Amino acid sequence: MEVYLDNSATTACFEEAAQLMHRILCEDYGNPSSLHHKGVEAEAYLRYAYETFAKILKVNEKEIFFTSGGTESDNIALVGAAMAGHRTGRHLITTRIEHPAVLQPMSYLEGQGFEVTYLSVDRQGKISLEELEQAIRPDTIVVSIMYTNNEIGTVQPIAEAGALIKSRNPKTLFHVDAVQGFGKARIHPGKMHIDMLSASAHKIHGPKGIGLLYLREGAKVSPIMYGGGQQRGLRSGTENLPGIAGFAKAAELVYQDLEQDIDRMYALREKLTDGVKRVEEVTVNGCPGMEGAPHIVSASFRGVRSEVLLHALEERGIYVSAGSACAAHKPQPSATLRAIGVEKELLESTIRFSLSGFTTDEEIAYTCQNLEEIVPKLRRYTRH
Amino acid sequence: MYKSFLIKYAEIGVKGKNRYLFEEALVRQIKYALKKAEGEFAVRRTDGRIYVDAQSEFDFDEVVESLKKVFGISGICPVVYVEDEGFEKLGQDVVRYIGDVYADRNKSFKVAARRARKNYPLNSMQINEELGGVILDAYPEMHVDVHRPEILLHVEIRDKIYLYSEIIPGPGGMPVGTGGKAMLLLSGGIDSPVAGWMIAKRGVKIDAVYFHAPPYTSERAKQKVVDLAKKVAAYAGPVWLHVINFTDIQLYIYDKCPHDELTIIMRRYMMRIAEHIAAETECLGLITGESIGQVASQTMASLAATNEVCTMPVYRPLIGFDKMEIVDIAEKIDSYETSILPYEDCCTIFVAKHPVTKPNLNIIKRHEQNLQEGIEELVAKALETDEVIVVQG
Repeated sequence: MEVYLDNSATTACFEEAAQLMHRILCEDYGNPSSLHHKGVEAEAYLRYAYETFAKILKVNEKEIFFTSGGTESDNIALVGAAMAGHRTGRHLITTRIEHPAVLQPMSYLEGQGFEVTYLSVDRQGKISLEELEQAIRPDTIVVSIMYTNNEIGTVQPIAEAGALIKSRNPKTLFHVDAVQGFGKARIHPGKMHIDMLSASAHKIHGPKGIGLLYLREGAKVSPIMYGGGQQRGLRSGTENLPGIAGFAKAAELVYQDLEQDIDRMYALREKLTDGVKRVEEVTVNGCPGMEGAPHIVSASFRGVRSEVLLHALEERGIYVSAGSACAAHKPQPSATLRAIGVEKELLESTIRFSLSGFTTDEEIAYTCQNLEEIVPKLRRYTRH
Repeated sequence: MYKSFLIKYAEIGVKGKNRYLFEEALVRQIKYALKKAEGEFAVRRTDGRIYVDAQSEFDFDEVVESLKKVFGISGICPVVYVEDEGFEKLGQDVVRYIGDVYADRNKSFKVAARRARKNYPLNSMQINEELGGVILDAYPEMHVDVHRPEILLHVEIRDKIYLYSEIIPGPGGMPVGTGGKAMLLLSGGIDSPVAGWMIAKRGVKIDAVYFHAPPYTSERAKQKVVDLAKKVAAYAGPVWLHVINFTDIQLYIYDKCPHDELTIIMRRYMMRIAEHIAAETECLGLITGESIGQVASQTMASLAATNEVCTMPVYRPLIGFDKMEIVDIAEKIDSYETSILPYEDCCTIFVAKHPVTKPNLNIIKRHEQNLQEGIEELVAKALETDEVIVVQG
């Protein structure tokens, strides 16, 4: 049996999205900027994509920009906003548990003379609104807070944070990295006071290499790449039309029965959490129940090295992640796990299971059963 | 401008009646190395020389890089052939050659002529003098130095006339395949690929064995070893890599023996298995990357303890090397970057905090008695897992 529980790393593409992409690559391959029929035909797909995302996010079509993925969206949002706003202020705020696609641009900006405040998080990975309130200054140009943490699944109080930011400093731009949240919740930037939002297709059964940035009309952001002036000059380069259409199709399908799918995923997550807890000496990280994301379970297995457990599960056809996929090839332990205060001994004993709409009851049962078998066996053989 | 290379070889020349075997091996290895280069090449042996002639367009630098990886080559000379159309024409050809090869001609030179064809109207001394004069007339900025010339222009009178003056150093050593075959114990570390490379340099064909221990070591660790074998194969020709699943043996030792002796006992079983495969594949020795005192399992006492299990000679070319010296070679053969990738290999996963550094052979042997019940079956099973990957350079 093959059980893929690494959906926060990437997902399988919807058949329907892949077919649409194939058609655009091989038949309707025109450049949407071309004046002839082929171009017009291609533009129709672009229009379909704008309409789809505008509807899902309840925003204006003009506020959608397509990028190469979450990393680029985060970079345009942060570096672009800092470049455009550096005369107003040189202070940014983010959290300690952001993805490197936010933390690294922040560190770049620090090198460029900007000041960054990093908000701490509690044991469950949540920020404190009081701390955020105190951090906001008259010269704060951007606050960036992720919607769902990629390693432990904690969902931040985005709407409350948004309201707070605007009440303290209406000029501050609020950026939300929703790469793990988009497709798992209804996110409406308008209501949540979000000015910029990043999302990625391949986390929601769309293709790799395509993402989006929502940018509220009026929010000032400079481009970080220059060229042919596509997408209102913010993101030059011929539109990745197959990717854009595939992304739109995936989003359409995901949001079709969202509530139903999420309920099902929460039930499976609960079942997996229970199963994990049946193994002795296990700590489940993040928020329990509906306060966490429906698709992520992070658990630390005392006395077991995560990489060994990962490979042992792999031998039974179960694919999980040690920490997060982005961190798995780096030797240093996860910043998120350290920030929520996971004890040192457990840092390298932590596994992330991430579900998708395709995950079945049977797969979760199989995973729990294997964990109960494997973990005690691995604990017998340890380093001395 | 160049279409051919004269291959110089050093030690092969002195091997007497076996010389042709060495030359054949060298030709074979040159052909193997050139397979990866773009273009068609003919490799020929004539007059006790080896020539590489390009039969199509080719990339000069790529060919030189490929030839620099063929053991047995001491020098690579790009050579130009010209037709023998009288001495005057030869003079023009030589002048053109120097003009093409040397942009800066403010140099000393000497002509070294050789007649393989003795019916040429001038003898070697006369050719040297006459051509020297022609060159000086054409390039007054050049001057003759017969003792330490900056340019030594070789003019060889054969069916055609061969001109060459540049010698690009080759790797030296002996052609792979002339020295038999040995089994390299390849881990994911820095040392073992270097050890394999050094023995290959002496003409030895290399096979390798890697012990992997899933789930304790990952598929990426195995891929890393395949990549390292490829670095060795770039010099040594195809490497047959045996991958042995060692997990059960390792866990069994863990269960039955003191943990501070785990590494030594484990290594003794690795040597036993490696020797078994080596014998079956007609290898004449084992190769390891050990160096005295580098880690607990490489002290003199530990080496004696692991050495004791095999009768086949164990070659340890790095035995007297410091780490930095090993790293230098690893960088030269381009294995270093791969070696330092952070995947764990099976030698480190259960390593004790304080492993024995002076193992007592009698005690080790006594503790190995604890394994009597099941170890033979486990070794047999491990040998059945042997997966052979033919790694091309």
